[in-house]
Amino acid sequence: MSLDKIIEIKGLTKRFKDITAVDNLNLNVFQGDIFGFLGPNGAGKSTTIRMILSLITPTSGTIHLFGKPLGSHRKEILSNIGAIVEKPDFYLYLTAYKNLELLGRISGVDISKRRIMEVLEIVQLHERANYKVKTFSYGMKQRLGIAQALIHNPDLIILDEPTNGLDPSGVKEVRDLILSLNRDHNKTIFLSSHILPEVEIVATRMAIINKGRTVVEGEVQTLLNSGKLMVKIGVDNYLDAVEAMKISHWNTSLEPSDGLQIWLSVHQKEISQINQYLVEKGVAIHSITSTRSLEDYFLTITQGNLQ
Amino acid sequence: MIFKLIRIELIKIFSKWRSFIGFIAVGALIPIIQVALYTEGDEYFNLFTQTLQQQFDFSGNMTNGYLIAFVTLQSLYVHIPLLIALVIGDLLAGEATAGTYRLLLVRPISRLQVVTSKFLAGLVYTNLLIIWMALLSLGLSVWLFGEGELLIVGDSLTILGSNDILWRFLWAYCYAAGSMVAIASLAFMFSALVENAIGPIASTMAIVIVLTIISTLNAPFIVAIKPYLLTTHLNGWKFFFEQTPNWNKILTSASALLSYVIVFYTAALIVFKRKDILS
Repeated sequence: MSLDKIIEIKGLTKRFKDITAVDNLNLNVFQGDIFGFLGPNGAGKSTTIRMILSLITPTSGTIHLFGKPLGSHRKEILSNIGAIVEKPDFYLYLTAYKNLELLGRISGVDISKRRIMEVLEIVQLHERANYKVKTFSYGMKQRLGIAQALIHNPDLIILDEPTNGLDPSGVKEVRDLILSLNRDHNKTIFLSSHILPEVEIVATRMAIINKGRTVVEGEVQTLLNSGKLMVKIGVDNYLDAVEAMKISHWNTSLEPSDGLQIWLSVHQKEISQINQYLVEKGVAIHSITSTRSLEDYFLTITQGNLQ
Repeated sequence: MIFKLIRIELIKIFSKWRSFIGFIAVGALIPIIQVALYTEGDEYFNLFTQTLQQQFDFSGNMTNGYLIAFVTLQSLYVHIPLLIALVIGDLLAGEATAGTYRLLLVRPISRLQVVTSKFLAGLVYTNLLIIWMALLSLGLSVWLFGEGELLIVGDSLTILGSNDILWRFLWAYCYAAGSMVAIASLAFMFSALVENAIGPIASTMAIVIVLTIISTLNAPFIVAIKPYLLTTHLNGWKFFFEQTPNWNKILTSASALLSYVIVFYTAALIVFKRKDILS
């Protein structure tokens, strides 16, 4: 096993009676990654995260964290992980400060008052430190969830839907926090989210799972640039340009468009050839944009249409 | 780590309003019994000893603090199990309901430590409640009504001298604490099984009530199983108020209660260690 693998999952399976939630899943997260963990609802993301955190016992397969098997090094491993798992639930009858104090005490390190206030300040809750959590909004609880994940200064931070319930500025704050933790503090982040643009902005590597299996895993930009792209070509004379494309071998690549630009579904390497072809046909081109959002890619992958 | 965890569990227990219901209830109920006996005590005494008064002549302070403490102990199985189940039944199930297992069990602590610390914190709570009850029922009663001989009317008439009673009460309260620990263990086991605290509270009370009713029946097969029923041994504290306490009976009942505690704790541990946290 490579030493810089923070998470290594092999053949992970979890069955609940007749339902297979996770099916022979394989995954690798490297040190310094912001790892986007994506999948449609019911794909097995939360079950996988719960198995990584030993909340659920796998039916079969292995999980290594920091190069050590989870089963035999559970305590040592968990002392170096901070996590939010789904909803941000707390002891509502205790204050934010008391929640962090109690959780900090059992996190394997000595937590000072200063450290508690420091993490509360990171998530902008320092002024509400002595308020009971039952008075908090969902967004505030979500931020407190991030605070409890950071309290013991772990190397691996697992965030399951960390921006749920946050307003746009809160989402941006969490995004900036994730980037800061990764860049400035060298934390490895495992980020499960359904807000794909967020993952696209912050993640360096990602995996998409579907029906409990890993469908793709790799560098975000490499994956997004693989397969066909949607290319939009702005031209002076739309009809002439369409006619030219129809008699080319790209005629099957034409997509329904807005009547102003030519839309094509082609591989990236073909873009320059199309440009050259249209110029030769006397079509004046004023713009070429090729786009593939993570959302497009995600839908393609999860619908099983990747070419 | 285990002491740290017990302390944390006690902080959690005593940060909840429901944990004080038991203390408030006992704190209200015992003075009510005391006031009732203070005003009507002699009439009750005469009523219960009506036939005996034809043969005996009672003199002195018969409605004394010891008698009232004894009467209060009799009520132990009416309300104390409910008050205990209210808190202990919530120890594990409450974490599931609140979703806080996800906070607790992703920390570097074992499930054995979690279960044991919660169990021990629950026992501390149970014992504090019994101590509170003892202080009020014995301490306050003796302070208000004074000392005197204790007259116990049962299958036979037992009269205990005032200088021969206090040690019996101390043992009886220790035994009562053990009985309530067994009830707490039962509630704790149910708490490990479910994800809602109502279940353990209702189940514990249902079992105590059903077993108590069964214990009153004398069908041959019931007589055969009576020695093994939990409720049979809950009243073992009464043995201390026999003229000469039967230590064999006391030890047998105490051992039975201890066995129940061990079985319930072990069952809770096994269930919890195998549990997938899905809440």
